[in-house]
Amino acid sequence: MSGETTPSQTVGPYFSIGLAWLNRCDLARGASGGERVTIRGRLLDGEGQPVPDACLEIWQADAHGNYPQPDNPQENSHARGFSGFGRIPTNDRGEFSFTTIKPGSVPGPDGRAQAPHLEISVFMRGLLRRLVTRLYFPNDPANPEDHVLNLVPGGRRATLIARPFPEDPHILEWDIRLQGEQETVFFEC
Amino acid sequence: MLRYRRPAPGTQPELLHPPYVSSIKRAPTQPLIQLPHTLSETTGPSFSKEAVPPKGFDLTRQHKGEPLGERIVVSGRLMDEDGRPVAHSLVEIWQANAAGRYLHKADQHDAPLDPNFTGMGQTLTDEDGRYRFVTIRPGAYPWRNHYNAWRPRHIHFSVFGPAFATRLVTQMYFPGDPLLEFDPIYNSVPVESARKRLISMFDWATTTPEIALGFRFDIVLRGRNATPMER
Repeated sequence: MSGETTPSQTVGPYFSIGLAWLNRCDLARGASGGERVTIRGRLLDGEGQPVPDACLEIWQADAHGNYPQPDNPQENSHARGFSGFGRIPTNDRGEFSFTTIKPGSVPGPDGRAQAPHLEISVFMRGLLRRLVTRLYFPNDPANPEDHVLNLVPGGRRATLIARPFPEDPHILEWDIRLQGEQETVFFEC
Repeated sequence: MLRYRRPAPGTQPELLHPPYVSSIKRAPTQPLIQLPHTLSETTGPSFSKEAVPPKGFDLTRQHKGEPLGERIVVSGRLMDEDGRPVAHSLVEIWQANAAGRYLHKADQHDAPLDPNFTGMGQTLTDEDGRYRFVTIRPGAYPWRNHYNAWRPRHIHFSVFGPAFATRLVTQMYFPGDPLLEFDPIYNSVPVESARKRLISMFDWATTTPEIALGFRFDIVLRGRNATPMER
């Protein structure tokens, strides 16, 4: 043992100095196939005020459900060129937007497939640890069976599922609410 | 199935820590839901050598002239709880300059910017999990959390490790800083022995004659559990 995990501390208000060099809002670049989607929304605090100084990080599989990683136990990674990683700052109005491809389903516990989802970390001043959440896709037939969605009380599940934007099928909308009646579900990862 | 161990109680800050005022409107109020570790959590992004600026480790050589302040070497090892080195992992840092001012539009502290200091660095750990930065000792600075609030000198660290589950952002402090005792961010970690691991050590071995003092800051990421499949 070399000891316990180093404690987390907040990114503070000035993280863009150190993190903006790796901002990546187009995850679709380098992807081989897959349905392109733009996901956009707002990040709101406990008073419903937009959070202008936050940063989201995305981790996701490719369209075939493979994670790009050197020691990925999955075989036949089709993910060459696709990094699966995104880092997206919110703007002065608390809005974020990124483009990606809808991931395929990846294995879950008991070998059952998980519904397509993105892993999301949220960083900002005021958060002493990152927040972890997941984003699912609307009307996906695998959602009702997804083991993580089913851990979430029914009334809160909708906070994890993006909404289709009526005027453009390639745009999805999803807001993150830190507190309040429609508080987004966050996970202990 | 690979899983990562949960942190021991009290070794990580609570999300709501009222002395840190910004946490009050930003910490979720509903209990967090335990996320089972699947391939989505046990894999994570990796970054190639080509993706990282070769001189990103030296914050004193990013401009024409040399930055003002006390030059220091900050180095250490990235490892997991079982002492295994975390190799080829991205480490990003950012910090205030020697006067306690950040190069950021939101920083209104009445202290000078340094035209020769950005305060941003990045590097990859080597085969043994080692990293090394050359920088300037950051200054303390006031903030508006409470009356006469000052942040102790610190350097922000962002590390990835092998998986989404191991992602960590933290802050490194300096030994003997009298402001630590009053800092709500540092003191948000309930257990004292855990908190103290955020304080770097003066390091004779990396102190470079005529050049720079050395400080050592080892970073420990979550350990792995090989547990039977969940039933």
